[in-house]
Amino acid sequence: MAWRRRGAGHPGGAALAARQLRFWLTNYRRTWRGSIYSGVLSPVLYLAAMGVGLGAIVDARHPAGLGGVSYAAFLAPGLMAAQAMQTAMEESTYPVFGSVKWLKTYQAAAATPLRPADLFHGHLLFTALRLAMNACVFLAVMAAFGTIRSAWALACVPGAVLTGLAFAAPVEAFTVTRTRDSSFTMLFRFGMIPLFLFSGTFFPVTQLPAVIRPPAYLTPLWHGVALCRSLSLGAAGLAGSAAHVGYLAGVAGAGLAAGRVTYRRRLHA
Amino acid sequence: MADPDILIRARGLTKVFGGSVAVDGIDFELRRGEVFGFLGPNGAGKSSTMRMIGCVSPPSAGELTVLGLDPVRDGPAIRARLGVVPQEDTLDVELTVRENLLVYGRYFGLRRDVIAERTARLLDFVQLADRAGDQVEPLSGGMKRRLTIARSLISEPEILLLDEPTTGLDPQARHVVWDRLYRLKQGGVTLVLTTHYMDEAEQLCDRLVVMDRGRIVAQGTPRDLIAAYSSPEVLELRFPVGEQEQAAEKLADVPADRTEVLADRVLLYSADGEATLAEVRRRGLEPATTLVRRGTLEDVFLRLTGRRLED
Amino acid sequence: MPEPGPRRGPAIRQGWRPPQAAAAGPARLRRIQLRIVPAVLLAARRAGLGGQGSARLIERHARVYRRTWGVLVSGVFEPLFYLLSIGVGLGRLVGTVPGPAGRPVGFASFVAPALLATSAMNGAVLDSTYNVFFRLKYAKLYDAALATPMRADEIALGEIGWALIRGGLYGCAFMAVMLAMGLVHSAWATAAIPVALLIGFAFAGAGMAATTFMTSWQHFEYIMLATMPMFLFSTTFYPLGVYPRAIQIVIECTPLYQGIVLLRGLTLGAVGPGLLASVAYLAVMGAAGLHLAGRRISRLLLR
Repeated sequence: MAWRRRGAGHPGGAALAARQLRFWLTNYRRTWRGSIYSGVLSPVLYLAAMGVGLGAIVDARHPAGLGGVSYAAFLAPGLMAAQAMQTAMEESTYPVFGSVKWLKTYQAAAATPLRPADLFHGHLLFTALRLAMNACVFLAVMAAFGTIRSAWALACVPGAVLTGLAFAAPVEAFTVTRTRDSSFTMLFRFGMIPLFLFSGTFFPVTQLPAVIRPPAYLTPLWHGVALCRSLSLGAAGLAGSAAHVGYLAGVAGAGLAAGRVTYRRRLHA
Repeated sequence: MADPDILIRARGLTKVFGGSVAVDGIDFELRRGEVFGFLGPNGAGKSSTMRMIGCVSPPSAGELTVLGLDPVRDGPAIRARLGVVPQEDTLDVELTVRENLLVYGRYFGLRRDVIAERTARLLDFVQLADRAGDQVEPLSGGMKRRLTIARSLISEPEILLLDEPTTGLDPQARHVVWDRLYRLKQGGVTLVLTTHYMDEAEQLCDRLVVMDRGRIVAQGTPRDLIAAYSSPEVLELRFPVGEQEQAAEKLADVPADRTEVLADRVLLYSADGEATLAEVRRRGLEPATTLVRRGTLEDVFLRLTGRRLED
Repeated sequence: MPEPGPRRGPAIRQGWRPPQAAAAGPARLRRIQLRIVPAVLLAARRAGLGGQGSARLIERHARVYRRTWGVLVSGVFEPLFYLLSIGVGLGRLVGTVPGPAGRPVGFASFVAPALLATSAMNGAVLDSTYNVFFRLKYAKLYDAALATPMRADEIALGEIGWALIRGGLYGCAFMAVMLAMGLVHSAWATAAIPVALLIGFAFAGAGMAATTFMTSWQHFEYIMLATMPMFLFSTTFYPLGVYPRAIQIVIECTPLYQGIVLLRGLTLGAVGPGLLASVAYLAVMGAAGLHLAGRRISRLLLR
């Protein structure tokens, strides 16, 4: 991952980030039960309601299917990418904001040999771990619902992690600059929800009016959805997949660069 | 209620939480215009008593009338005439300093113009006029306390209840609070306060009860209590570490009303501290430090309970 | 995954507490408040509950939220996004579904009233659980209020009144969008906003009563475990007929289903006396919750 290569410039950077990762893992041991809901139950319920329930109606109207597959098979990888986005955004807003503003654990950590960038990297690592766990669970649920069409679906796991990081890195960079949590309400309301609804998760972007199609193609979520969907359905081409991966990595890398600056400004001001 | 000047009357007042008795059958009366104190260590039952008076905690047994009314039946009517400064600030951190008074006044059903007039006066009184538009969160502990006092006065209450009004404040902030409370007293406001600071009780209270383990162990004016349970002067002796025990044995026959051996010092109660000190020296004892002082409520409490107030 | 309506899910799941509620109230709320509150309070006072203290608590909330009114007002965009997404996207994919009495209905017209019901539920639940818990346990707002003539039942009623004011605001905006998108098919839809308030009342009452039993932030998981499946399965996206009879009975018992049936009947013009049962169900749920919440707050704070 990008941060590791860049972190190698600092002596011991990876080790310091790992220390911060351990902090988050310890914390997670207390709250992991809550993530079962978003990680396991939510995909099962969504696939049952939208994939199976609504899918029956869609499939009856489109006997040939959407691009040749059932609605459930179309929807599932899209939901997987959308879930990665949501996990990433949750993880990079309130917990980070709380560490700076309410609990001040970041300020405490910044008084130790840990540098602001190490705190940032440590938390991104933790986010990546959570994303990977959620993606594995989601893949298992997809298999149980019979919506996987190709062995390439295994590559959806790194795909979803990358999609999540394309949100986590820039959002976290933004979070540490905030002094009030109402910013996140707006971010979820005007960022995450429109992406969730219009980036190809529930229906092909080609159905959108021509004017809003180009911005939809520019969103990281659309690239994540397209990547996971093509892998899961066994329709992935090398050029297309490379473009999606490159785009997502670019966004994540830009977020990483921005976050190092904003973390330092906030904690070592 | 025969006597209209008796504002609060308690007879056998008791509060039980689960199995433990917080207040164990206490009797007292509060008269109009006086400053009445409950003095005792943490856990003595002071706050439970205050909450019962404030009508936010129904008594488990006994009688309690506040302003001639029954706290259980007439809670809202009584509370409309009380001002409350709780032990922990309950200021509204989502509002500014001024808005705290405004909103609180509205809880009492006061008109906005009445509140606005009183707010200006009260913020002046507690020296927070220049912070009126500020958020509450960044205020210092002393400022928050003063704001809470101002808030409790917005309804022009007949009785002001203060539960440990200066606990947790630095000495300077305490003196500012004491000064404001003293002015209220001069203005004729009836105050009820709890404290575990004997200097606070001595400075402010006309009359007080000493509480310990849910019971009242003595009551009267600070001066009467000191006269009854202490001596005019107290000699405090400190000995080098390890030598106090032997010294205490030698002190046994020094003429004094009473001797208390504490963990860190020995107290000798007598009418003339200097004379007692001379007696100590005559026995060849040379304490590390000596202090002759007046008897205080701390001594009263020690005498009555065998414990210190702030332990 | 997000559902329509305000939420505090992410923060709850992480166990973080915000120092203040994010959403806010504009000055113009006072006018809305003047219209809605008296009716609610009058009814409540007849039922033996106090109204004055409640109105003053609402006044306090309006004052707090006035500072960040933009956040509150922007909340009307969320259901708008959902409606648009279904209008331009899923709606075309699905076409029509069997509506009340089996008549085919456009997908957007079918889903819109259900989204309104869900939004009313989520808004009421957020206000009455998360925000109330914070005020009860951390901000000590009710401790302060109970040192004044205010009573515990007035506090409960005030909180629910505030939830309904916000719900009313979102309901009006939602109905306006439905109207603009041609998703309203009957004059009965004029009753949809009061019904959305009734749904809010039912969930706010129940949510607040539940909150008084909670002791930690982790307990909010249970509330989400209840609302999320209801959102997905209470005939939001497809008719009840797709389920086997046994599951149908379970779903018919959920309050959100009752609310959806009501709103769908009104906006599609399929109105019959059967809807009164749904009204009664929701009214009883809200009243019982309100009563219990008032008593529990007394128990918790007047010890």
